[in-house]
Amino acid sequence: MNLADYALKHGLSQVGVRPKFLEYLGQVWDRRDFAFTMSLYASEAQNARTRLGRWWLVLLPSLQAFAYGLVFGLILGDLRPANFIPFLITGVFLFSFFSGSFSAGAKAITSNTGLLRTLSFPRILLPLSAVIREFINFLPQLALLPIVMVMFGQDITWDWLYLIPITFLMFLFSTGLAMISARLTVQVKDLGKLVPFITRLMFYSSGIFFEIERIFAGYPEILAIAMLNPVYDFISLARGALVNDLAMTPFLWIVSSIWSVGIFVFGVLYFWKAEARYGRD
Amino acid sequence: MDGIRTTEHKPVVVADDVHVIYKVFGTGKKARQTKGGLAKKSRMREVHAVKGVSFVVHEGETIGIVGSNGSGKSSLMRAIAGLYPANKGAVYAYGKPTMLGVGAALLPNLSGEKNIILGGLAMGFEKKEIFESSQSIIDFSGLKDFIDLPMRTYSQGMSARLRFSIAASKKHDILIIDEALAVGDRQFRLKAEEKIRQMRKDAGTVFLVSHNMKSIQDTCSRVLWIEKGELVMDGEPKEVCAAYITAMEKGDAE
Repeated sequence: MNLADYALKHGLSQVGVRPKFLEYLGQVWDRRDFAFTMSLYASEAQNARTRLGRWWLVLLPSLQAFAYGLVFGLILGDLRPANFIPFLITGVFLFSFFSGSFSAGAKAITSNTGLLRTLSFPRILLPLSAVIREFINFLPQLALLPIVMVMFGQDITWDWLYLIPITFLMFLFSTGLAMISARLTVQVKDLGKLVPFITRLMFYSSGIFFEIERIFAGYPEILAIAMLNPVYDFISLARGALVNDLAMTPFLWIVSSIWSVGIFVFGVLYFWKAEARYGRD
Repeated sequence: MDGIRTTEHKPVVVADDVHVIYKVFGTGKKARQTKGGLAKKSRMREVHAVKGVSFVVHEGETIGIVGSNGSGKSSLMRAIAGLYPANKGAVYAYGKPTMLGVGAALLPNLSGEKNIILGGLAMGFEKKEIFESSQSIIDFSGLKDFIDLPMRTYSQGMSARLRFSIAASKKHDILIIDEALAVGDRQFRLKAEEKIRQMRKDAGTVFLVSHNMKSIQDTCSRVLWIEKGELVMDGEPKEVCAAYITAMEKGDAE
C-alpha cells in the first residue's frame, strides 16, 4: 500500500487543491461577512489619513469632471453634447467606479501577501471585497448625482429609479472585471503596469465627454463597435435615466445585461480555476 | 511505505514525497562583478527547497521541527498548510491545517482590534462569535493599550502575540506554529506553550518549528529534523535534539 492510498483510506483529503466549484461557492458564502467587513474597514482606513477624509470621495471626481469639462468643453465647441454638465458628470462619476474596481482588483491579491501567507480562505473574497469597497466609495457620488441634475435644470422623473437596476448591472460587471484583473496580475506581473494605460484608453473611447454618435457619424463600422463597449452602454443607460432628451434604448439594456452576466460568470470561473496558485510568489 | 513510522492511532497528516520548488524571477546580476562582465544569465532561478519528504503524523501528536536556517522547514510547513501547495507529491490532512508564521501584519493599516475581527472571520467564525470573543483575545494577547493602533506600528513581538492570540482562539484540528513564538518575550512564550499543551489535550495536532530546543523538548512528543530539504531524522525529542545539536556544533568547528 502506498502513502496516498493509506491517507485516503483513513478519510484524509489532499490539501492545497482547488475545491469543486459549488463547494467553493459554499465556502465563499460562509465567509461573506469577511468580505463585507474587510471592505468597510478598508474604506475607512483609506480615508482616515487625509484631513478631508471621506469628502475626497466626491471632491476628487467633481474636480475631475470640472477639469475635463473645462478642457473638452472648449475643444469640442459646437460638438459639445446638449446638457453638457449633467452629461459629463454622469459619465465621470460612473467611470470612476469601473476604473476603481478594475485597478483595485488588480491589486487585490498582489498587495495582500501578509494575509495570504497566514490564513487560508477562498481567495476570491479578496477581489470581491475590493469591489465592495469601491462600491461603498461610489455611494456618495451616486447620492450626489440627483442633486447635480436638479442644479443644472434637469426634470425630476420616475426614470431616475432606473439607476437601481443599472447600478446592480454595473456591480456585476465590475466584479467580473476585478476577478479577471486579479488573476491576470498574479500570473503576469507586468500587466499591473498596464492598468493605468488600459483605464485611460477606456476613458477616451467610452464617450465620457462626447457623443460617440456625433463624433463617429462618418465611420459606421467604428460606431458599431463603440456602441458595444460595455462602459459606454452603462453610462448611456444612466444618462438616459437622468438627462433630459436622452433615452434608455432596448439595445442598451440588452447589450449591458449580456455584458454584466457574461463577464461576471466568466470572471468568477476564471479566478476559481487558478485558486491553488494565489499566494505563490 | 517502508521506513515510515505508523502506529495504531488514526493518521491526521500524511506527507507523501513532498517537493517544493520556488521559481524566482529577477534575481539580477551578481553584486560582485565577475570577469565575464555582461554575460547573459537567465533571469529565473529555481530553488528546490523541499526534496521529497514523507512522514505520517497521528492524532494527538505534537511535532517539533528542527533544522538550520534555510533548510526548508517553513516551505514544508506552508505545503502542509496548503498555502503553497507541493509542486510534486502531496499532503493529505484530516481537516484544514492552520498556519501561524512570522512576518508582517495581516492588514497593516487597520487597528489590532480590526485585525482580530477580520482574522476571525477569515478563519470561519460567525460575526457574532468573533465580536463576543474579541475581548478575551485582546486579554490573552496582553496588548490592551495598543489595540487601537494600526498594526503597522506594532513591533515584531507584538505582532506575533496578536497573531498567535487570534489563531489560538479557535479550536484547530491541525495548527502549525512556525517560529511565531520566537520573537515573543518569555512570559508570553510560557503562556503560549501552555495553550499548545492544552490544544494537544483536545486531540489537536500541533507542529512547532523552533530553534529553541528547550521549548521543543518541553512541548513536543516527536521531532523531525530537516536539513537541505531532506528529512534527516525522525524520533524522540531528546535523541533528535541531541543529534541536531551535535551536528550543529561540529559544523561550527569546521
